[in-house]
Amino acid sequence: MEDKLLLNLLQKNARMKITDLAAALDESKDHVIERLTELEKEKVICGYYTIVNWDRTNNEIVTALIEINAKPERDYGYDRIASHIYKFDEVDTMYLLSGSFDFLAVVKGRTMQEAAYFVASKLASIEGVTGTQTYFVLKQYKNNGIVLVEDEEDKNDRLVVLA
Amino acid sequence: MNYEDMLSDRVKTIKPSGIRKFFDLASQMEGVISLGVGEPDFTTPWAIREAAIYSIEKGKTFYTANQGLLELRIEICKYFKRRFNVSYDPVDNCIVTVGGSEGIDIAIRSILNPGDEMIVLNPGYVAYIPGVELAGATPVTIQLREEDEFKLTPDLLKAAITPKTKAILINYPSNPTGGFMTREDYAKIVPIIKESGIIVLSDEIYAELSYEEEFCSIAEFDEIKDQVIIVSGFSKAFAMTGWRLGYVLANKTFTKAMNKIHQFVIMSAPSPAQYGAVEGLKHCDKEVEMMRDSYKTRRNFVVKAFNDMGLKTFKPQGAFYVFPCIRSTGLTSDEFCEKLLEDQKVACVPGTAFGDAGEGFIRVSYAYSLEELKVATEKIKLFVDKVRD
Repeated sequence: MEDKLLLNLLQKNARMKITDLAAALDESKDHVIERLTELEKEKVICGYYTIVNWDRTNNEIVTALIEINAKPERDYGYDRIASHIYKFDEVDTMYLLSGSFDFLAVVKGRTMQEAAYFVASKLASIEGVTGTQTYFVLKQYKNNGIVLVEDEEDKNDRLVVLA
Repeated sequence: MNYEDMLSDRVKTIKPSGIRKFFDLASQMEGVISLGVGEPDFTTPWAIREAAIYSIEKGKTFYTANQGLLELRIEICKYFKRRFNVSYDPVDNCIVTVGGSEGIDIAIRSILNPGDEMIVLNPGYVAYIPGVELAGATPVTIQLREEDEFKLTPDLLKAAITPKTKAILINYPSNPTGGFMTREDYAKIVPIIKESGIIVLSDEIYAELSYEEEFCSIAEFDEIKDQVIIVSGFSKAFAMTGWRLGYVLANKTFTKAMNKIHQFVIMSAPSPAQYGAVEGLKHCDKEVEMMRDSYKTRRNFVVKAFNDMGLKTFKPQGAFYVFPCIRSTGLTSDEFCEKLLEDQKVACVPGTAFGDAGEGFIRVSYAYSLEELKVATEKIKLFVDKVRD
């Protein structure tokens, strides 16, 4: 079985049924289940998520990108201080980067105040964090390969029958 | 005034496309689910669109060289070397055309005289026979067989060659059957082509959509390379159908002759499309791969769906069509498609639209999302079950 094809299919639609996956991969259902379990165990598949455009709901979600500068530690480098930061539930995604700052954390909160409070009182005060810069997200255009705003027209001008 | 009488005899002999009637029927209905279109469902990759838009912004709105932008021809030849290890010279061997369709036309018109025979495969793409007839030549068809998975076999080829045979038109991976010729398959017919000296016009528009085996171009066989005219293009691999951009590759003499027709009839292919295509060849390998992977899973899905409902379908190794056999329903291809459309509002194309050897089959395009394919094949199953009851 080609893992790449299986992963592509799931990345496009994590809810795809095993029967359909098996048909699309030309494999038996048992075989697909077996391979999926392995990929989950190996942490190749780390989860199945729904991409939600919260802007279209009544729930307010504020997203902030935080640049963080930190002082690396002997023996640990950046990893220990990183774990101190990413363990907070408010941190949705976090990267170590090359460039003028060290970490980029994506922080989610219900309000701007909540996110700002988290940065000021939790993040910035962690020992080893030497500076932060906060950017609030104003509009989300694309997330995980999915365009969340309407820009292109449907393909309903495609012909019905054509050689 | 009877305008019919004013038409040329040649155009009067051309039969209208067999698909036309069916197209009219389907387009009058509301809510039709179509598996009838021979074009990718993907929009052209943005990098290509963006490069074309940029060229327009920069005012690159003039004719290009007749043969096409040199930059594009260089990229086409590099691509052919990289992908299929066949060398062509951008100046002597390459013309950028208005889709593969123009390439077929200028190739046919450059090599055929009235009275010449051109072998055409049946079932085959709808434009080939009219193309030969418009050149005043005679199409001779080879009836391909399902048991060969619609490959061209040495016995079929030998039997079709006469003293009048000038050329053969092949198309693998094939529209409508999805048939595929491997290197081994070609190796069996290459000696016959060499010995007979006939020209091979090879429509390789679906080359990038090869799933199990690497695509093999018949021009890869050095001993007949100069007998081969390759027609290909950007429509299928790069999802660029509406841009109308293709190319031909051939020996210097043929290229010069084709360019004579091309320069007077077309002048040059659309400039923005050419700039977009340069970007595609340089930087869009991963988009092409993504689409190919996607077609492959869809193919697996539809092949299983048709076999599960008892319509025997071989697993094609290329293009984006399956060609299920519908004889077991007792219906003809036309009846099957018309009744399916009436009953379930699903549009497929009768195999007979591609020649009489397509009787007993329907052409199903899987250039649709898996979700659409699932709904459509479920409906086809309902119809088939009903017919069998």
